[in-house]
Amino acid sequence: MTVDGGLSRRQMLLKTAMAFNGVVGVLLAVPIVRYILSPVTKVRKPGYDSWVSLGPIDRFPPGETRLATYRHPDAQALDGETADIACWVRHTEGEHFQVFAINCAHLGCPVRWFPQSSLFMCPCHGGAYYADGSRASGPPERGLFEYRFRILDEKLQIEAGATPTPGSSPASASLVNISGSNMTKRPPCA
Amino acid sequence: MRLIRRIGDWFDARLQLAAPIRETMAHPIPRDTASWAYVFGSAAMTAFGLQLVTGILLALIYAPSAGEAWNSLQILNHQISLGWFVRALHGWGSNFMVAIVLIHMVQVFLFGAYKFPRELTWMLGIFLLLMTLGMAFTGQVLRFDEDAYWGLGLGASIVSRVPVLGPALVSLMMGGPIIGGATLSRFFALHVFVIPGLLMLFVALHVLMVLKLGINEWPMPGRLVRRADYRQKYHALTQTDGVPFMPYGIWKDAVFSGVILLAIAACALHFGPFGPSGQPDPRVIQTAPRPDFFFLWLYALLSLLPPQLETPVLLIGPVIALIVLLGLPFFAGEGEKHWKRRPIAVLSILLTAVVLGTFTNLASHTPWSPVMDASTAAAIPPAFLAKRAPIEIQGALIFESKQCHNCHSLGDIGGKRGPALDAVAVRLTEDQLVRQVLQGGGNMPAYGKNLNPAETTALVAFLETLHPGRQAPARDASLRSDVQP
Repeated sequence: MTVDGGLSRRQMLLKTAMAFNGVVGVLLAVPIVRYILSPVTKVRKPGYDSWVSLGPIDRFPPGETRLATYRHPDAQALDGETADIACWVRHTEGEHFQVFAINCAHLGCPVRWFPQSSLFMCPCHGGAYYADGSRASGPPERGLFEYRFRILDEKLQIEAGATPTPGSSPASASLVNISGSNMTKRPPCA
Repeated sequence: MRLIRRIGDWFDARLQLAAPIRETMAHPIPRDTASWAYVFGSAAMTAFGLQLVTGILLALIYAPSAGEAWNSLQILNHQISLGWFVRALHGWGSNFMVAIVLIHMVQVFLFGAYKFPRELTWMLGIFLLLMTLGMAFTGQVLRFDEDAYWGLGLGASIVSRVPVLGPALVSLMMGGPIIGGATLSRFFALHVFVIPGLLMLFVALHVLMVLKLGINEWPMPGRLVRRADYRQKYHALTQTDGVPFMPYGIWKDAVFSGVILLAIAACALHFGPFGPSGQPDPRVIQTAPRPDFFFLWLYALLSLLPPQLETPVLLIGPVIALIVLLGLPFFAGEGEKHWKRRPIAVLSILLTAVVLGTFTNLASHTPWSPVMDASTAAAIPPAFLAKRAPIEIQGALIFESKQCHNCHSLGDIGGKRGPALDAVAVRLTEDQLVRQVLQGGGNMPAYGKNLNPAETTALVAFLETLHPGRQAPARDASLRSDVQP
């Protein structure tokens, strides 16, 4: 039963069925897309922005730069040792510290500290940084990433956030603080 | 025999596949194409089949968990009988598959096979290449060692440079704030489900189109492709000078596939599995991460590009390359197929091969990286120290202790990041040496804050001895050499 230029009963039923499936599809797609995007959109757990201790400050003698490690506060059971992150702590004097991310600002390889020449060198593509983390030579377009820190009960604490990447902070600034959840402009050493 | 035939007939009465399969096998192909030049597509498929089988075998043991993956690879290598061999087959199979896919691509490009009416076959082939490379990269991640860990960091750093979306894409890629359990699990899902599924679908369509449109005829100089009459001419060719695909073409495919499988097995047996190298522990920073063979050219490119060009090249370069490759059949879809009449095609293949080969070769020497242990492990050759004054010897000590040797070589020992210093005194005067050491420049860090005047004097005194043989040391042309100041 087809009417010229019109819709037959069967075609109408088919279109209704397809529209129905479209609605069901959207209903299913919403939670699926939210699941996929959860690393981007998820509300940070309490504790994500918490301060992590790198140990007592006398572990970091003035005038020296030393390697420190911490367990990432957002570590999951599955992470194994990958959640144990290293960073460089430079104690200039008194309560003045600099805590650098281990990741080269070029492509994230682990930089090594050479106290004799006071340089951080990257084994991957040859980036080099001065003792204060500023860029010395090589492909990086900026200095090392720096953690916000504070001293509490004679312990050095840093605010551990996401692994820093060149795109996560403006390339124009030579040193940019790593922050826990967003790039709010809080003063260091709160 | 009668029983087997009856069982076969019972199945075919229901499946009805025997007739179409027989027809496909007997379809006529141009006589020239039953050639050894046409065996690479089927060989790539054979290698893919081996990867599927060995991949499933590895999944019997492998644990896709950041805390366990490395241990499960050790178990495969050392505790399970022949686990090492299956890993080696999968690793070498991967290398062979990438290589064969590349050779296949070069062959169909040089034979003009991407021209009308096989444009879509070519385009699907481009996606198959991308997926093959995607499998190679994700597979390298699943071998979850220190190279994989820092390789992921490198990938994240590249992704983060995408304008606006960068940080969100990094979180999506890592599955959290750090490289960890979620990161490995999502690369496992990509490597084991998503990409292989797409690969199988695309391979099926790719092969289906080869069968529907016919295999590309052997190109003849002067035999031009025209949309108007290509199909009739091709049909006529298969009728006048055609042979059935089976057995004329297929026996060479079968022999070559067998040779490839044997070669993979031989490499696996002789060279063994790839890694894993050190544990994926971010606290262990005494590492120099390197990508697998087929990504070495990229590693070199990232070192050699000027810093300000890096992000544009990384983000725009692949898009342009993809547009050129996908668009190729549309702006060169007709005309000459023979390589002798297509000099630009031949030159572009040669150029690409030379560029990729050079970059790959450079990446196996990494002249751009400081030699991280040169200051303690690389000696200054005695020739540079013989008959030197005490202050010059002291300068040589400073050369070592201040890590100059990490970037500069003497007698070909040491880093290649900076220029070799064997003859530096021929190029630079004393004043220029002092300035270069203290202020740096030309990609060298400044050592002004880090050398006291006595150290600088000693170091430059040593550097001034570096003018070999009869070459005179550099002098300041503004000072007259015959008048002593």
